Amino acid sequence: MSEEIVSDLMRAHVYRLASTGQRVDGRALDEPRKLSLERTYVKTAEGSARAKLGNTDVLVGIKMSVGEPYPDTPNTGVLSTSVEMVPLASPTFEAGPPRPDAIELARVVDRGIRESKMVNMEKLCITPKEKVWIMFIDIHVLDYDGNLFDACSYGATAALGSTVVPAKGQGLGDDFPLPVEHWPVSVTTAKIKDVLFVDPALDEERMSDARITVTTDENGDIRAMQKGLSGSFTYDEVKRIIETAQRVGRGIRPLLRSS
Amino acid sequence: MEDIEHIEKQMKLIRADGRRLDGRKPDELRPVRIEAGVLRRADGSAYIEWGGNKVLAAVYGPREAHPRHLQDPARALVQCRYNMAPFSVSDRKRPGPDRRSVEISKVISEAFSAVVFREQFPRTSVDIFIEVLQADAGTRCAGLTAASVALADAGVPMRDLVASCASGKIDGVVCLDLNKEEDNFGDADCPLAIVPRTGEIVLLQMDGHLTLDEFEKAMELSIGATHRLYEMQRDALRRRYSTTLEDILKEPPPLPAPPAPEFEPPPPPPEDDFGPEGI
Repeated sequence: MSEEIVSDLMRAHVYRLASTGQRVDGRALDEPRKLSLERTYVKTAEGSARAKLGNTDVLVGIKMSVGEPYPDTPNTGVLSTSVEMVPLASPTFEAGPPRPDAIELARVVDRGIRESKMVNMEKLCITPKEKVWIMFIDIHVLDYDGNLFDACSYGATAALGSTVVPAKGQGLGDDFPLPVEHWPVSVTTAKIKDVLFVDPALDEERMSDARITVTTDENGDIRAMQKGLSGSFTYDEVKRIIETAQRVGRGIRPLLRSS
Repeated sequence: MEDIEHIEKQMKLIRADGRRLDGRKPDELRPVRIEAGVLRRADGSAYIEWGGNKVLAAVYGPREAHPRHLQDPARALVQCRYNMAPFSVSDRKRPGPDRRSVEISKVISEAFSAVVFREQFPRTSVDIFIEVLQADAGTRCAGLTAASVALADAGVPMRDLVASCASGKIDGVVCLDLNKEEDNFGDADCPLAIVPRTGEIVLLQMDGHLTLDEFEKAMELSIGATHRLYEMQRDALRRRYSTTLEDILKEPPPLPAPPAPEFEPPPPPPEDDFGPEGI
């Protein structure tokens, strides 16, 4: 189905507010929406979290199974991330195989977790070259009200933090918590004309010219980035966006860590 | 061979005191909780917890039917998509529809086609989405029961709600609402959906082995349960929409009228094109 249309009135309203540093929902330009997390929501999963970022609502389940490692990484576990943008979540989502935007979303979430070495994948090796743990991160979008990148990433991070590896069921010793060592936080910024908005809500997102997701770790180092949409950023803007992502990330990290 | 028979005989699903492994009596339903209007984007939605099942249902429409060639010039289509989250079952399910979910989607669509006033909305589609977040047997009945509340929440005109429940046979005893172990190791399962007001059957499936007497017993249990579920559905809608005198009294007094707005110059005409120059 086609993209939803933003009315001219809303466009003018968002822009008029933005030119004085305000937003439709009263937030500051660098203020994310309220994040709430409900861990171990699904008993059939080895780890799970329902993440609500404002009205955006996603459910992430972690499934662990035993399989073969990739030939080029014989000593590390396998990570696989997928996102289902199910049509329940928005009138613009359709059933069917994942569209490019769902694939991009899954890959950006995956990258933040993989590149920050959040999970020590070497501890998920059972027998080198033969048997390793395969970790499936499955993200189910339930209600789409903007900024799936951060909502999915927060849900996945919290779900991983609550995951217990079911070793006993496989005859591999006692169950153990997933070896989580780092806490990456992704922060997405949208650009409408020359104004930057952290954590865009749906109307802001639909009006965006460009979007950038920056994932930083607890040292403030950058672990993954993704620029999207057809607009552009100046180098100066990118530097400001990264600094904002570090600052906003520091505020969100304790929420993801606490379990 | 003998061993397998031995194991099967060992797998007792009914305890010595006549109760089931989870402590229920044969005619007892698992705990059910229904909530209406739980999603923001959907036109209507509902959430159900039924034993270990957690299911969300959303309704969009009536809206333009896609693809176009499916449009019916005389009535609305009722299209359901039943989907299980990969983490909803113990062995991860690959994302996307399998043959089982396609079949379930079809029979649920047909069940609702029987109650929606389709002729009021020609060329449109009423889309029902059922997402199973956690599965514990009986997901189609849970999904259907929730979807019915979601349809009402969306304001789709219907003759009545549809309520659904299954019965089956375990260890030779006809029982209501099988759980996962009972479904896996039981002898028969028979999901049913009815229009409670008229008693019409709009969904019926069966697998396993039942005598006619057992079938009648199973139907008696299921029909009884659907009436209880019907009450829970109506209750969920009442909780969502009814306003009691107490609610009104609890509400704070209305705010004083805002001051008359000062004169503001009319805003510049909205522009379609926010080019690099801006307004």
